[in-house]
Amino acid sequence: MSEGHSTYTPKTGIERWFDARMPLPRLVYDSFVAYPVPRNLNYAWTFGGILSIMLVAQILTGIVLAMHYTADTNLAFGSVEKIMRDVNSGWLLRYMHANGASFFFVAVYIHIFRGLYYGSYKAPRELLWILGCIIYLLMMATGFMGYVLPWGQMSFWGATVITGFFSAIPLVGDWIQQLLLGGFAVDNPTLNRFFALHYLLPFMIAGVVVLHVWALHVVGQSNPTGIEVKSKTDTVAFTPYATIKDAFGMIVFLFFFAYFVFYLPNYLGHPDNYTVANPLKTPAHIVPEWYFLPFYAILRAITFNIGPINSKLGGVLCMFGAIVMLFLVPWLDTSKVRSAVYRPWYKLFFWLFVADAILLGWLGSQPAEGSYVFMAQMATLFYFAFFLIALPVLGLIETPRRLPNSITEAVLEKNKGGSGHPAGATAAPETKG
Amino acid sequence: MSATDIHDPNRRDFLYVATGMAAVVGAGAVAWPFIDQMRPDASTLALASVEVDVASLTPGMSLIVKWRGKPVVVRNRTEKEMKDGEAVNLSDLKDPIARNANLPADAPATDANRTTPGKEAWMVMVQVCTHLGCIPLGQEGDFGGWFCPCHGSQYDTAGRIRKGPAPENMAVPVFKFISDTKILIG
Repeated sequence: MSEGHSTYTPKTGIERWFDARMPLPRLVYDSFVAYPVPRNLNYAWTFGGILSIMLVAQILTGIVLAMHYTADTNLAFGSVEKIMRDVNSGWLLRYMHANGASFFFVAVYIHIFRGLYYGSYKAPRELLWILGCIIYLLMMATGFMGYVLPWGQMSFWGATVITGFFSAIPLVGDWIQQLLLGGFAVDNPTLNRFFALHYLLPFMIAGVVVLHVWALHVVGQSNPTGIEVKSKTDTVAFTPYATIKDAFGMIVFLFFFAYFVFYLPNYLGHPDNYTVANPLKTPAHIVPEWYFLPFYAILRAITFNIGPINSKLGGVLCMFGAIVMLFLVPWLDTSKVRSAVYRPWYKLFFWLFVADAILLGWLGSQPAEGSYVFMAQMATLFYFAFFLIALPVLGLIETPRRLPNSITEAVLEKNKGGSGHPAGATAAPETKG
Repeated sequence: MSATDIHDPNRRDFLYVATGMAAVVGAGAVAWPFIDQMRPDASTLALASVEVDVASLTPGMSLIVKWRGKPVVVRNRTEKEMKDGEAVNLSDLKDPIARNANLPADAPATDANRTTPGKEAWMVMVQVCTHLGCIPLGQEGDFGGWFCPCHGSQYDTAGRIRKGPAPENMAVPVFKFISDTKILIG
């Protein structure tokens, strides 16, 4: 949509001077002021903005933490405690960074589920969706390596387990694992390289975010009806409408974030990580950070050999496969209708999938024994069935509800049925959302 | 230009391909040191052997030594543990191979093959779960051997995988008794 011609007119002399040499003000104006957004976006659409400020917050707090941190197995744990006790405001910056990672994932999961619910991945937004999946992968790598840096027990054993995934690869697995670790076990070379990469990856994320936003501005936002924008009455200007709505969403989100930072700073962490890493003693119960738990449950669910694939490789393949599913969604979903609002069966399966993901997360936090294993196996089966069976089949057999002719019509219909306010076509601000 | 369009591969095509190949080889040569530096360095690779005095271990006792950054358990097994280990039918094993560095690579995983001749009471093995590298807990689990708390793998009294996601028996390193009470590992 940014392909439409620019409405920017430089007013002052300095704006004209820039516009003739490097039209950055024009780019900003066209992308974040005049840029048309669908008038019916709800609060689920504010998470893109929320994710941007979380990324900036993580980079800022991370850079200042790196000024006090030492990446050495003998000093790392102590340097983190020094940040907590001696460095001025260090406790606040570290709690913001640690909880910021969790809230980054809270926001990204809502963002992903929003995309799944409203079919935001469908043509022409496949590339936009895939760039998002790449950001998610980079986030996982960054989060994992960041968790290793404090060099506590969970850091060490989490790193041991996750780098152990690679040893499952036939033939070259051990070589790759040693390449990642820089040795035969997690040790000083591992900590050093993880610190270097943990510092690098957020900037790579920022780079892919630029591509993600670029792709978004080419195809335009999807919206709760899933109907493409057809006329000018379907849209409102990004500023002030979306800007204000995003800002309000951010404030509410940051309210929850601040509550955790100040009142529950260790709730999402693990007490074992306040014990310095001991390579000779595995904690009784290893759990990764909460945002990896569903995948961890899938990894542990494969306790049996499948033909030539042993249980270890099988578990690792299923775990990575669970993420690969997200990449394939645009081609697995056969439905011509985007939004779950008009797809009664898909809507049901979507919520079952949400429940399944939460169940897997809970199972990932439980010990791998008894009935938990069986439940994890069933939940894993459903996880894959959702992508490989429900998505392709529902699109073929489901009868969608009648779609409105346009976004404007959908908004006006809703207002008639709802509040009884007489809503004219000009009442854009009130009808948004 | 029309000449190059019509003719079969000529000198110019050869030069393009040769230049391209040289660029690929050059890029590979430049990339390799960046990958190579990540491999274990010389100090890590330096082979170390450790000598362990096991005189104090009465049956039912274990000790753990660190060898190449990994824990190696030395256990003086009880009569019952040895009997339990010998009683196991090879066809019940998930991994039927001994994984003993002192034996041929295809030796079957009998109880005797997991130990060393004449010293069948003694288990010497790398106490690292073959699943994802956690340290299993000794004398726990359904088989009275080792139990990995991470993902629930269970090993028997000879360190053989019996249940859970681990694919292999725990590794027996190169070792020998240099006297009745001393073991050399590595």
